[in-house]
Amino acid sequence: MQQTSRRRPFPIHVLVFLAPAILLYTVFMVFPLINSLRLSFFEIGSQNQMSFNGIQNYIKLFTNSNFAPFFWRALKNNFIFFAVHMLVQNPIGLLLAALLAEGGKLRNFFRTVIFMPTVLSVVIIGFIWQLILNPLWGVAESMLKAIHLGYLFGPWLGKPDSALVTVSLISVWQFVGIPMILFYAVLIGIPEELTEAARVDGATGWETFWRVKFPLILPTVGIVGILTFVGNFNAFDLIYTMKGANAGPDFSTDIMGTFFYRTFFGQQLQLGNPTMGATVAAMMFLIILIGVLLYMFLWARRVQTYEL
Amino acid sequence: MKSTPLYRLQQALGKSIPILILTIYSLIALFPIVMVLINSFKAKKAIFGAPFELPDSATFSLIGYQTVTSRATFPTYFLNSSIVTFTALVLTLLIGAMAAFALSEYDFLGNAMTALYLSIGIMIPIRLGTVGILRLMVSLRLVNTLTGLILVYVAQALPLTIFILSQFMRQVPKDLKDAARIDGASEYRIFGMVLPLIRPALGAIGIFTMIPIWNDLWFPLILAPSSKTATVTLGVQQFLGQFVSDWNAVLASLTLAMIPILILYIVFSRQMIRSITAGAIK
Repeated sequence: MQQTSRRRPFPIHVLVFLAPAILLYTVFMVFPLINSLRLSFFEIGSQNQMSFNGIQNYIKLFTNSNFAPFFWRALKNNFIFFAVHMLVQNPIGLLLAALLAEGGKLRNFFRTVIFMPTVLSVVIIGFIWQLILNPLWGVAESMLKAIHLGYLFGPWLGKPDSALVTVSLISVWQFVGIPMILFYAVLIGIPEELTEAARVDGATGWETFWRVKFPLILPTVGIVGILTFVGNFNAFDLIYTMKGANAGPDFSTDIMGTFFYRTFFGQQLQLGNPTMGATVAAMMFLIILIGVLLYMFLWARRVQTYEL
Repeated sequence: MKSTPLYRLQQALGKSIPILILTIYSLIALFPIVMVLINSFKAKKAIFGAPFELPDSATFSLIGYQTVTSRATFPTYFLNSSIVTFTALVLTLLIGAMAAFALSEYDFLGNAMTALYLSIGIMIPIRLGTVGILRLMVSLRLVNTLTGLILVYVAQALPLTIFILSQFMRQVPKDLKDAARIDGASEYRIFGMVLPLIRPALGAIGIFTMIPIWNDLWFPLILAPSSKTATVTLGVQQFLGQFVSDWNAVLASLTLAMIPILILYIVFSRQMIRSITAGAIK
Protein backbone atom coordinates (compact mmCIF):
# COMPACT_ATOMS: atom_id res chain seq x y z
CA MET A 1 0.00 0.00 0.00
CA GLN A 2 1.30 3.36 -0.94
CA GLN A 3 1.65 5.79 1.91
CA THR A 4 0.98 9.36 0.86
CA SER A 5 2.72 12.11 2.73
CA ARG A 6 -0.51 13.17 4.45
CA ARG A 7 -1.43 9.70 5.62
CA ARG A 8 -0.78 9.73 9.31
CA PRO A 9 -2.55 7.54 11.86
CA PHE A 10 -4.93 10.25 12.96
CA PRO A 11 -3.90 13.90 12.77
CA ILE A 12 -5.43 16.13 15.40
CA HIS A 13 -7.08 18.54 12.94
CA VAL A 14 -9.01 15.67 11.36
CA LEU A 15 -10.40 14.92 14.78
CA VAL A 16 -11.35 18.57 15.30
CA PHE A 17 -13.19 18.65 11.96
CA LEU A 18 -15.02 15.37 12.49
CA ALA A 19 -15.77 15.35 16.21
CA PRO A 20 -18.80 17.70 16.35
CA ALA A 21 -20.64 15.92 13.52
CA ILE A 22 -19.89 12.43 14.80
CA LEU A 23 -20.81 13.42 18.33
CA LEU A 24 -24.16 15.05 17.50
CA TYR A 25 -25.11 12.35 15.02
CA THR A 26 -24.21 9.57 17.43
CA VAL A 27 -25.82 11.06 20.54
CA PHE A 28 -29.04 12.35 18.98
CA MET A 29 -29.63 9.91 16.15
CA VAL A 30 -27.74 6.62 16.32
CA PHE A 31 -27.92 6.13 20.08
CA PRO A 32 -31.69 6.85 20.36
CA LEU A 33 -32.35 4.56 17.38
CA ILE A 34 -30.41 1.71 18.96
CA ASN A 35 -31.95 2.44 22.34
CA SER A 36 -35.44 2.33 20.78
CA LEU A 37 -34.67 -1.05 19.26
CA ARG A 38 -33.37 -2.22 22.64
CA LEU A 39 -36.44 -0.96 24.48
CA SER A 40 -38.65 -3.08 22.26
CA PHE A 41 -37.39 -6.05 24.29
CA PHE A 42 -38.35 -4.48 27.63
CA GLU A 43 -41.50 -3.71 29.53
CA ILE A 44 -42.31 -0.94 31.95
CA GLY A 45 -43.58 -1.99 35.34
CA SER A 46 -45.99 -0.09 37.57
CA GLN A 47 -43.08 1.58 39.38
CA ASN A 48 -41.75 2.83 36.05
CA GLN A 49 -38.92 0.30 36.22
CA MET A 50 -37.74 -1.46 33.06
CA SER A 51 -37.48 -5.20 32.89
CA PHE A 52 -36.31 -7.42 30.08
CA ASN A 53 -39.06 -9.55 28.61
CA GLY A 54 -37.53 -11.02 25.48
CA ILE A 55 -39.76 -11.01 22.43
CA GLN A 56 -42.97 -10.72 24.50
CA ASN A 57 -43.74 -7.29 22.98
CA TYR A 58 -43.51 -8.71 19.48
CA ILE A 59 -45.73 -11.63 20.40
CA LYS A 60 -48.21 -9.16 21.85
CA LEU A 61 -48.05 -7.03 18.71
CA PHE A 62 -48.89 -10.01 16.52
CA THR A 63 -51.42 -11.82 18.72
CA ASN A 64 -53.06 -9.44 21.22
CA SER A 65 -56.43 -8.20 20.02
CA ASN A 66 -55.55 -4.65 21.14
CA PHE A 67 -52.61 -4.55 18.75
CA ALA A 68 -52.60 -7.19 16.04
CA PRO A 69 -55.68 -6.09 14.03
CA PHE A 70 -54.48 -2.47 14.20
CA PHE A 71 -50.98 -3.41 13.13
CA TRP A 72 -52.10 -5.40 10.10
CA ARG A 73 -54.61 -2.76 9.08
CA ALA A 74 -52.00 0.01 9.38
CA LEU A 75 -49.54 -2.05 7.36
CA LYS A 76 -52.11 -2.79 4.66
CA ASN A 77 -53.19 0.86 4.52
CA ASN A 78 -49.58 1.92 4.31
CA PHE A 79 -49.04 -0.31 1.30
CA ILE A 80 -52.14 1.21 -0.34
CA PHE A 81 -50.79 4.67 0.48
CA PHE A 82 -47.48 3.67 -1.13
CA ALA A 83 -49.17 2.07 -4.16
CA VAL A 84 -51.12 5.27 -4.89
CA HIS A 85 -47.87 7.23 -4.81
CA MET A 86 -46.12 4.77 -7.10
CA LEU A 87 -49.01 4.54 -9.57
CA VAL A 88 -50.08 8.17 -9.62
CA GLN A 89 -47.40 10.47 -8.24
CA ASN A 90 -44.35 9.03 -9.96
CA PRO A 91 -45.85 8.56 -13.47
CA ILE A 92 -47.31 12.09 -13.36
CA GLY A 93 -43.94 13.36 -12.13
CA LEU A 94 -42.26 11.64 -15.06
CA LEU A 95 -44.78 13.00 -17.55
CA LEU A 96 -44.43 16.55 -16.29
CA ALA A 97 -40.64 16.25 -16.29
CA ALA A 98 -40.62 14.97 -19.86
CA LEU A 99 -42.83 17.85 -20.98
CA LEU A 100 -40.72 20.40 -19.11
CA ALA A 101 -37.52 19.01 -20.58
CA GLU A 102 -38.86 19.77 -24.07
CA GLY A 103 -38.10 23.40 -23.32
CA GLY A 104 -40.22 26.41 -24.12
CA LYS A 105 -40.46 29.90 -22.76
CA LEU A 106 -42.76 29.13 -19.88
CA ARG A 107 -40.66 26.26 -18.57
CA ASN A 108 -39.36 28.09 -15.51
CA PHE A 109 -42.82 29.31 -14.64
CA PHE A 110 -44.40 25.86 -14.82
CA ARG A 111 -41.57 24.32 -12.86
CA THR A 112 -41.86 26.89 -10.07
CA VAL A 113 -45.64 26.60 -9.83
CA ILE A 114 -45.81 22.80 -9.88
CA PHE A 115 -43.11 22.50 -7.21
CA MET A 116 -44.80 25.08 -4.97
CA PRO A 117 -47.07 22.78 -2.90
CA THR A 118 -44.02 20.67 -2.05
CA VAL A 119 -42.41 23.44 -0.01
CA LEU A 120 -45.51 24.08 2.10
CA SER A 121 -46.04 22.35 5.39
CA VAL A 122 -48.15 19.19 5.33
CA VAL A 123 -50.30 20.77 8.05
CA ILE A 124 -51.21 23.66 5.76
CA ILE A 125 -51.86 21.36 2.81
CA GLY A 126 -54.03 19.10 4.94
CA PHE A 127 -56.21 21.96 6.13
CA ILE A 128 -56.44 23.54 2.69
CA TRP A 129 -57.76 20.34 1.19
CA GLN A 130 -60.11 19.79 4.08
CA LEU A 131 -61.65 23.15 3.26
CA ILE A 132 -61.71 22.55 -0.50
CA LEU A 133 -63.39 19.15 -0.12
CA ASN A 134 -65.76 20.33 2.60
CA PRO A 135 -69.34 19.96 1.32
CA LEU A 136 -70.25 22.98 3.47
CA TRP A 137 -68.05 25.24 1.37
CA GLY A 138 -68.87 23.34 -1.80
CA VAL A 139 -65.87 24.49 -3.78
CA ALA A 140 -64.94 21.03 -5.05
CA GLU A 141 -68.55 20.26 -5.84
CA SER A 142 -69.11 23.39 -7.93
CA MET A 143 -65.83 22.76 -9.76
CA LEU A 144 -67.00 19.27 -10.69
CA LYS A 145 -70.42 20.58 -11.67
CA ALA A 146 -68.76 23.06 -14.02
CA ILE A 147 -67.31 20.14 -15.98
CA HIS A 148 -70.58 18.15 -15.67
CA LEU A 149 -69.15 15.66 -13.21
CA GLY A 150 -71.06 16.96 -10.20
CA TYR A 151 -72.64 13.56 -9.54
CA LEU A 152 -69.18 12.20 -8.67
CA PHE A 153 -68.87 14.41 -5.64
CA GLY A 154 -69.27 12.93 -2.19
CA PRO A 155 -67.91 13.38 1.30
CA TRP A 156 -64.79 11.49 0.24
CA LEU A 157 -62.83 12.25 3.38
CA GLY A 158 -65.64 11.11 5.63
CA LYS A 159 -66.36 7.73 4.11
CA PRO A 160 -64.28 4.74 5.24
CA ASP A 161 -63.99 3.30 1.74
CA SER A 162 -62.74 6.47 0.08
CA ALA A 163 -60.89 8.35 2.85
CA LEU A 164 -57.54 6.57 2.47
CA VAL A 165 -57.32 7.01 -1.29
CA THR A 166 -58.40 10.65 -0.95
CA VAL A 167 -55.70 11.37 1.62
CA SER A 168 -53.15 9.52 -0.53
CA LEU A 169 -54.07 11.63 -3.55
CA ILE A 170 -53.70 14.83 -1.53
CA SER A 171 -50.21 13.69 -0.56
CA VAL A 172 -49.55 12.92 -4.24
CA TRP A 173 -50.73 16.40 -5.16
CA GLN A 174 -48.29 17.90 -2.68
CA PHE A 175 -45.21 15.85 -3.47
CA VAL A 176 -45.42 15.30 -7.24
CA GLY A 177 -42.79 18.05 -7.53
CA ILE A 178 -40.09 15.79 -6.10
CA PRO A 179 -40.14 13.01 -8.73
CA MET A 180 -40.73 15.70 -11.35
CA ILE A 181 -37.61 17.63 -10.44
CA LEU A 182 -35.45 14.50 -10.07
CA PHE A 183 -36.51 13.15 -13.47
CA TYR A 184 -36.21 16.57 -15.02
CA ALA A 185 -32.64 16.93 -13.77
CA VAL A 186 -31.59 13.74 -15.52
CA LEU A 187 -33.61 14.38 -18.68
CA ILE A 188 -32.02 17.76 -19.35
CA GLY A 189 -28.61 16.13 -18.87
CA ILE A 190 -29.09 13.77 -21.82
CA PRO A 191 -26.90 15.02 -24.68
CA GLU A 192 -28.70 16.35 -27.78
CA GLU A 193 -26.71 14.07 -30.09
CA LEU A 194 -28.39 10.96 -28.68
CA THR A 195 -31.96 12.12 -29.26
CA GLU A 196 -30.98 13.80 -32.52
CA ALA A 197 -29.57 10.53 -33.84
CA ALA A 198 -32.81 8.74 -33.05
CA ARG A 199 -34.80 11.45 -34.76
CA VAL A 200 -32.68 11.24 -37.89
CA ASP A 201 -33.38 7.51 -37.96
CA GLY A 202 -37.07 8.41 -38.15
CA ALA A 203 -38.14 7.76 -34.56
CA THR A 204 -41.13 9.70 -33.26
CA GLY A 205 -40.96 11.73 -30.07
CA TRP A 206 -42.76 8.92 -28.24
CA GLU A 207 -40.30 6.28 -29.47
CA THR A 208 -37.31 8.48 -28.71
CA PHE A 209 -38.53 8.89 -25.16
CA TRP A 210 -39.06 5.21 -24.41
CA ARG A 211 -36.16 3.78 -26.42
CA VAL A 212 -33.47 6.38 -25.80
CA LYS A 213 -34.30 8.52 -22.78
CA PHE A 214 -36.12 6.08 -20.52
CA PRO A 215 -33.24 3.55 -20.30
CA LEU A 216 -31.00 6.44 -19.32
CA ILE A 217 -33.26 7.51 -16.45
CA LEU A 218 -33.86 4.00 -15.08
CA PRO A 219 -31.44 4.56 -12.16
CA THR A 220 -33.49 7.62 -11.19
CA VAL A 221 -36.69 5.57 -11.38
CA GLY A 222 -35.18 3.36 -8.69
CA ILE A 223 -34.08 6.30 -6.55
CA VAL A 224 -37.54 7.88 -6.80
CA GLY A 225 -39.08 4.53 -5.88
CA ILE A 226 -37.00 4.03 -2.75
CA LEU A 227 -37.42 7.66 -1.66
CA THR A 228 -41.18 7.24 -2.03
CA PHE A 229 -41.08 4.02 -0.03
CA VAL A 230 -39.08 5.44 2.86
CA GLY A 231 -41.13 8.64 2.89
CA ASN A 232 -44.46 6.79 2.83
CA PHE A 233 -43.62 4.30 5.56
CA ASN A 234 -42.53 7.18 7.75
CA ALA A 235 -45.51 9.43 6.97
CA PHE A 236 -47.62 10.83 9.78
CA ASP A 237 -48.25 14.58 9.56
CA LEU A 238 -50.92 14.61 6.84
CA ILE A 239 -53.13 11.94 8.39
CA TYR A 240 -52.70 13.37 11.88
CA THR A 241 -53.67 16.83 10.59
CA MET A 242 -56.65 15.73 8.54
CA LYS A 243 -57.97 12.79 10.51
CA GLY A 244 -56.38 13.04 13.97
CA ALA A 245 -54.41 10.39 15.86
CA ASN A 246 -57.32 7.97 15.51
CA ALA A 247 -57.01 8.12 11.71
CA GLY A 248 -60.74 8.01 11.16
CA PRO A 249 -63.28 7.26 9.99
CA ASP A 250 -63.08 3.96 11.82
CA PHE A 251 -59.26 3.76 11.48
CA SER A 252 -59.62 3.57 7.70
CA THR A 253 -56.70 6.00 7.16
CA ASP A 254 -54.48 4.51 9.87
CA ILE A 255 -50.90 3.99 8.65
CA MET A 256 -47.75 2.90 10.49
CA GLY A 257 -46.87 6.45 11.59
CA THR A 258 -50.24 7.13 13.25
CA PHE A 259 -50.33 3.63 14.75
CA PHE A 260 -46.86 4.23 16.21
CA TYR A 261 -47.95 7.58 17.65
CA ARG A 262 -51.07 6.13 19.29
CA THR A 263 -49.22 3.13 20.68
CA PHE A 264 -46.51 5.38 22.12
CA PHE A 265 -48.72 8.15 23.53
CA GLY A 266 -52.02 6.37 23.96
CA GLN A 267 -55.54 7.40 23.02
CA GLN A 268 -58.86 7.80 24.75
CA LEU A 269 -59.30 4.21 25.91
CA GLN A 270 -55.72 3.07 26.11
CA LEU A 271 -52.69 4.35 27.96
CA GLY A 272 -49.54 5.09 26.05
CA ASN A 273 -46.83 2.46 26.18
CA PRO A 274 -43.27 3.49 25.31
CA THR A 275 -41.90 -0.02 24.93
CA MET A 276 -44.79 -1.15 22.73
CA GLY A 277 -44.23 2.07 20.78
CA ALA A 278 -40.60 1.08 20.41
CA THR A 279 -41.76 -2.31 19.15
CA VAL A 280 -43.91 -0.69 16.46
CA ALA A 281 -40.98 1.59 15.55
CA ALA A 282 -38.73 -1.47 15.31
CA MET A 283 -41.17 -3.04 12.86
CA MET A 284 -41.18 0.16 10.80
CA PHE A 285 -37.39 0.09 10.90
CA LEU A 286 -37.43 -3.49 9.66
CA ILE A 287 -39.86 -2.69 6.83
CA ILE A 288 -37.81 0.29 5.69
CA LEU A 289 -34.60 -1.71 5.98
CA ILE A 290 -36.04 -4.52 3.84
CA GLY A 291 -37.13 -1.94 1.26
CA VAL A 292 -33.71 -0.31 1.16
CA LEU A 293 -31.91 -3.67 0.92
CA LEU A 294 -34.23 -4.88 -1.86
CA TYR A 295 -33.53 -1.67 -3.71
CA MET A 296 -29.78 -1.97 -3.23
CA PHE A 297 -29.44 -5.62 -4.19
CA LEU A 298 -32.27 -6.26 -6.62
CA TRP A 299 -32.50 -2.94 -8.39
CA ALA A 300 -29.40 -0.82 -8.08
CA ARG A 301 -27.09 -3.71 -8.94
CA ARG A 302 -28.96 -4.80 -12.04
CA VAL A 303 -29.78 -1.47 -13.55
CA GLN A 304 -26.99 -0.18 -15.65
CA THR A 305 -25.88 3.37 -15.07
CA TYR A 306 -24.69 5.10 -18.20
CA GLU A 307 -21.96 7.67 -17.86
CA LEU A 308 -23.13 10.64 -19.94
CA MET B 1 -44.59 15.56 -47.73
CA LYS B 2 -43.02 17.82 -45.15
CA SER B 3 -45.23 20.77 -46.03
CA THR B 4 -48.62 19.06 -46.12
CA PRO B 5 -51.27 20.66 -43.92
CA LEU B 6 -51.50 17.44 -41.93
CA TYR B 7 -47.81 17.61 -41.07
CA ARG B 8 -48.11 21.23 -40.02
CA LEU B 9 -51.12 20.35 -37.88
CA GLN B 10 -49.08 17.63 -36.21
CA GLN B 11 -46.25 20.05 -35.57
CA ALA B 12 -48.60 22.61 -34.07
CA LEU B 13 -50.26 19.98 -31.86
CA GLY B 14 -46.87 18.64 -30.83
CA LYS B 15 -45.97 22.10 -29.56
CA SER B 16 -49.27 23.03 -27.93
CA ILE B 17 -50.28 19.79 -26.21
CA PRO B 18 -47.34 19.86 -23.76
CA ILE B 19 -48.12 23.50 -22.96
CA LEU B 20 -51.77 22.60 -22.46
CA ILE B 21 -51.00 19.73 -20.09
CA LEU B 22 -48.52 21.83 -18.12
CA THR B 23 -51.02 24.68 -17.89
CA ILE B 24 -53.76 22.40 -16.63
CA TYR B 25 -51.47 20.83 -14.07
CA SER B 26 -50.22 24.23 -12.93
CA LEU B 27 -53.81 25.27 -12.34
CA ILE B 28 -54.39 22.13 -10.28
CA ALA B 29 -51.29 22.93 -8.24
CA LEU B 30 -52.16 26.57 -7.71
CA PHE B 31 -55.92 26.46 -7.33
CA PRO B 32 -56.25 25.31 -3.68
CA ILE B 33 -53.56 27.75 -2.55
CA VAL B 34 -55.16 30.66 -4.41
CA MET B 35 -58.59 29.78 -3.03
CA VAL B 36 -57.30 30.12 0.52
CA LEU B 37 -55.38 33.33 -0.22
CA ILE B 38 -58.25 35.21 -1.85
CA ASN B 39 -60.95 34.04 0.54
CA SER B 40 -58.92 35.01 3.59
CA PHE B 41 -59.59 38.65 2.65
CA LYS B 42 -63.36 38.28 2.40
CA ALA B 43 -66.27 38.53 4.77
CA LYS B 44 -67.85 35.26 5.77
CA LYS B 45 -70.88 35.77 3.56
CA ALA B 46 -68.71 36.17 0.46
CA ILE B 47 -66.53 33.18 1.34
CA PHE B 48 -69.57 30.98 0.98
CA GLY B 49 -71.57 33.05 -1.50
CA ALA B 50 -68.87 33.69 -4.08
CA PRO B 51 -65.80 31.60 -3.25
CA PHE B 52 -64.23 31.94 -6.72
CA GLU B 53 -64.29 35.71 -6.90
CA LEU B 54 -61.55 38.09 -5.89
CA PRO B 55 -62.41 40.28 -2.90
CA ASP B 56 -63.90 43.65 -3.89
CA SER B 57 -64.84 46.71 -1.90
CA ALA B 58 -68.12 45.12 -0.85
CA THR B 59 -66.71 41.79 0.26
CA PHE B 60 -63.26 42.82 1.56
CA SER B 61 -62.73 42.09 5.24
CA LEU B 62 -59.81 41.56 7.58
CA ILE B 63 -61.88 40.06 10.36
CA GLY B 64 -60.02 36.74 10.15
CA TYR B 65 -56.65 38.44 10.56
CA GLN B 66 -57.98 40.42 13.52
CA THR B 67 -59.07 37.22 15.24
CA VAL B 68 -55.72 35.59 14.61
CA THR B 69 -53.53 38.53 15.63
CA SER B 70 -55.61 39.22 18.73
CA ARG B 71 -54.23 35.99 20.05
CA ALA B 72 -50.79 37.02 21.20
CA THR B 73 -49.31 33.56 20.74
CA PHE B 74 -48.80 33.83 16.99
CA PRO B 75 -45.73 36.08 17.12
CA THR B 76 -44.22 33.67 19.66
CA TYR B 77 -44.74 30.76 17.28
CA PHE B 78 -43.02 32.66 14.49
CA LEU B 79 -40.14 33.59 16.75
CA ASN B 80 -39.75 29.97 17.92
CA SER B 81 -39.77 28.62 14.37
CA SER B 82 -37.26 31.23 13.27
CA ILE B 83 -34.88 30.55 16.16
CA VAL B 84 -35.05 26.78 15.70
CA THR B 85 -34.73 26.86 11.92
CA PHE B 86 -31.96 29.45 11.80
CA THR B 87 -29.82 27.94 14.56
CA ALA B 88 -30.22 24.40 13.24
CA LEU B 89 -29.36 25.64 9.77
CA VAL B 90 -26.16 27.43 10.79
CA LEU B 91 -25.00 24.51 12.93
CA THR B 92 -25.78 21.97 10.21
CA LEU B 93 -23.88 23.90 7.57
CA LEU B 94 -20.84 24.60 9.77
CA ILE B 95 -20.55 21.17 11.39
CA GLY B 96 -21.49 19.40 8.17
CA ALA B 97 -18.93 21.33 6.12
CA MET B 98 -16.21 20.58 8.67
CA ALA B 99 -16.91 16.84 8.55
CA ALA B 100 -17.25 16.88 4.76
CA PHE B 101 -13.89 18.64 4.54
CA ALA B 102 -12.23 16.03 6.73
CA LEU B 103 -13.71 13.17 4.71
CA SER B 104 -12.89 14.58 1.29
CA GLU B 105 -9.50 16.12 2.09
CA TYR B 106 -7.66 13.65 4.27
CA ASP B 107 -6.79 10.06 3.63
CA PHE B 108 -6.85 9.00 7.28
CA LEU B 109 -7.34 5.57 8.72
CA GLY B 110 -11.06 4.73 8.90
CA ASN B 111 -12.15 7.35 6.39
CA ALA B 112 -14.38 4.96 4.43
CA MET B 113 -15.86 3.52 7.62
CA THR B 114 -16.68 6.98 8.97
CA ALA B 115 -18.33 7.95 5.69
CA LEU B 116 -20.38 4.75 5.72
CA TYR B 117 -21.37 5.25 9.37
CA LEU B 118 -22.57 8.77 8.64
CA SER B 119 -24.43 7.77 5.49
CA ILE B 120 -26.66 5.25 7.29
CA GLY B 121 -28.64 8.24 8.49
CA ILE B 122 -29.53 9.25 4.93
CA MET B 123 -31.88 6.32 4.52
CA ILE B 124 -33.06 5.61 8.07
CA PRO B 125 -35.60 8.22 9.22
CA ILE B 126 -34.77 9.71 12.61
CA ARG B 127 -38.44 9.46 13.64
CA LEU B 128 -38.01 5.75 14.22
CA GLY B 129 -35.79 6.62 17.18
CA THR B 130 -38.45 8.85 18.76
CA VAL B 131 -38.91 6.70 21.86
CA GLY B 132 -35.17 6.88 22.51
CA ILE B 133 -34.98 10.58 21.68
CA LEU B 134 -37.77 11.47 24.11
CA ARG B 135 -36.09 9.47 26.91
CA LEU B 136 -32.78 11.16 26.16
CA MET B 137 -34.38 14.60 26.19
CA VAL B 138 -36.13 13.84 29.48
CA SER B 139 -32.85 12.85 31.09
CA LEU B 140 -31.06 15.89 29.67
CA ARG B 141 -33.98 18.09 30.82
CA LEU B 142 -34.44 19.33 27.27
CA VAL B 143 -38.14 18.56 26.91
CA ASN B 144 -40.10 21.68 25.99
CA THR B 145 -36.98 23.58 25.02
CA LEU B 146 -35.98 24.88 21.63
CA THR B 147 -32.47 23.49 22.24
CA GLY B 148 -33.82 19.95 22.19
CA LEU B 149 -35.49 20.52 18.83
CA ILE B 150 -32.38 22.15 17.38
CA LEU B 151 -30.14 19.23 18.40
CA VAL B 152 -32.49 16.69 16.83
CA TYR B 153 -32.80 18.66 13.60
CA VAL B 154 -29.03 19.07 13.27
CA ALA B 155 -28.52 15.34 13.81
CA GLN B 156 -31.22 14.62 11.25
CA ALA B 157 -29.80 16.95 8.59
CA LEU B 158 -26.10 16.10 8.99
CA PRO B 159 -25.85 12.81 7.05
CA LEU B 160 -27.17 14.14 3.74
CA THR B 161 -25.39 17.48 4.19
CA ILE B 162 -22.04 15.76 4.70
CA PHE B 163 -22.63 13.42 1.79
CA ILE B 164 -23.44 16.21 -0.68
CA LEU B 165 -20.85 18.69 0.59
CA SER B 166 -18.01 16.20 0.38
CA GLN B 167 -18.88 15.64 -3.29
CA PHE B 168 -18.60 19.34 -3.90
CA MET B 169 -15.41 19.68 -1.86
CA ARG B 170 -13.71 17.03 -3.96
CA GLN B 171 -14.10 19.32 -6.95
CA VAL B 172 -12.13 22.17 -5.40
CA PRO B 173 -8.76 22.16 -7.25
CA LYS B 174 -5.97 20.55 -5.30
CA ASP B 175 -3.35 23.04 -6.52
CA LEU B 176 -5.13 25.81 -4.72
CA LYS B 177 -4.96 24.07 -1.37
CA ASP B 178 -1.41 22.82 -1.86
CA ALA B 179 -0.24 26.30 -2.77
CA ALA B 180 -1.71 27.59 0.48
CA ARG B 181 -0.05 24.76 2.39
CA ILE B 182 3.33 25.67 0.92
CA ASP B 183 2.71 29.22 2.07
CA GLY B 184 2.36 27.80 5.55
CA ALA B 185 -1.41 28.02 5.96
CA SER B 186 -2.85 25.81 8.69
CA GLU B 187 -5.46 23.19 7.83
CA TYR B 188 -8.11 25.32 9.55
CA ARG B 189 -7.14 28.26 7.36
CA ILE B 190 -7.47 26.08 4.25
CA PHE B 191 -10.94 25.01 5.38
CA GLY B 192 -11.84 28.68 5.66
CA MET B 193 -10.53 29.17 2.16
CA VAL B 194 -12.53 26.29 0.67
CA LEU B 195 -15.86 27.29 2.25
CA PRO B 196 -16.57 30.33 0.03
CA LEU B 197 -15.74 28.22 -3.03
CA ILE B 198 -18.66 25.88 -2.37
CA ARG B 199 -21.10 28.66 -1.53
CA PRO B 200 -23.70 27.58 -4.14
CA ALA B 201 -23.83 24.09 -2.64
CA LEU B 202 -24.12 25.53 0.86
CA GLY B 203 -27.02 27.72 -0.29
CA ALA B 204 -28.88 24.82 -1.87
CA ILE B 205 -28.43 22.55 1.11
CA GLY B 206 -29.41 25.44 3.35
CA ILE B 207 -32.79 25.76 1.69
CA PHE B 208 -33.37 22.02 1.69
CA THR B 209 -32.47 21.80 5.36
CA MET B 210 -34.65 24.73 6.30
CA ILE B 211 -37.92 23.76 4.68
CA PRO B 212 -38.44 20.40 6.42
CA ILE B 213 -37.43 21.91 9.77
CA TRP B 214 -39.84 24.83 9.44
CA ASN B 215 -42.61 22.46 8.29
CA ASP B 216 -42.07 19.63 10.76
CA LEU B 217 -44.96 18.67 13.00
CA TRP B 218 -43.70 15.46 14.59
CA PHE B 219 -40.88 16.65 16.85
CA PRO B 220 -42.53 19.89 18.03
CA LEU B 221 -45.58 17.79 18.90
CA ILE B 222 -43.56 15.26 20.86
CA LEU B 223 -40.55 17.13 22.25
CA ALA B 224 -41.79 20.72 22.68
CA PRO B 225 -45.59 20.93 22.71
CA SER B 226 -45.85 23.68 25.35
CA SER B 227 -47.36 26.96 24.19
CA LYS B 228 -44.08 28.75 24.97
CA THR B 229 -42.04 26.52 22.66
CA ALA B 230 -44.58 25.67 19.95
CA THR B 231 -43.45 26.31 16.38
CA VAL B 232 -45.64 27.82 13.67
CA THR B 233 -46.51 24.44 12.22
CA LEU B 234 -47.60 23.04 15.57
CA GLY B 235 -49.26 26.31 16.60
CA VAL B 236 -51.30 26.50 13.41
CA GLN B 237 -52.25 22.85 13.75
CA GLN B 238 -53.57 23.40 17.29
CA PHE B 239 -55.13 26.76 16.54
CA LEU B 240 -57.00 25.35 13.54
CA GLY B 241 -58.19 22.44 15.63
CA GLN B 242 -59.90 24.88 18.02
CA PHE B 243 -61.22 27.39 15.51
CA VAL B 244 -62.38 24.90 12.93
CA SER B 245 -65.77 26.56 12.53
CA ASP B 246 -64.43 30.13 12.29
CA TRP B 247 -63.72 30.16 8.56
CA ASN B 248 -62.30 33.67 8.53
CA ALA B 249 -59.77 32.83 11.21
CA VAL B 250 -58.88 29.49 9.62
CA LEU B 251 -58.24 31.03 6.20
CA ALA B 252 -56.29 33.94 7.69
CA SER B 253 -54.05 31.73 9.81
CA LEU B 254 -53.37 29.40 6.87
CA THR B 255 -52.39 32.41 4.79
CA LEU B 256 -50.13 33.78 7.52
CA ALA B 257 -48.44 30.42 7.89
CA MET B 258 -47.92 30.06 4.13
CA ILE B 259 -46.64 33.54 3.32
CA PRO B 260 -43.08 33.35 4.75
CA ILE B 261 -42.33 30.06 3.01
CA LEU B 262 -43.95 31.18 -0.25
CA ILE B 263 -41.94 34.42 -0.34
CA LEU B 264 -38.74 32.54 0.43
CA TYR B 265 -39.57 30.00 -2.24
CA ILE B 266 -40.41 32.53 -4.93
CA VAL B 267 -37.21 34.47 -4.22
CA PHE B 268 -34.96 31.41 -4.21
CA SER B 269 -36.83 28.96 -6.44
CA ARG B 270 -34.53 29.42 -9.39
CA GLN B 271 -31.32 28.79 -7.44
CA MET B 272 -33.00 25.98 -5.56
CA ILE B 273 -34.17 24.09 -8.63
CA ARG B 274 -30.95 24.81 -10.47
CA SER B 275 -28.92 23.35 -7.62
CA ILE B 276 -30.97 20.14 -7.57
CA THR B 277 -30.60 19.73 -11.29
CA ALA B 278 -26.88 20.47 -11.08
CA GLY B 279 -26.46 18.09 -8.16
CA ALA B 280 -28.38 15.30 -9.82
CA ILE B 281 -26.34 15.45 -13.00
CA LYS B 282 -23.10 15.02 -11.11
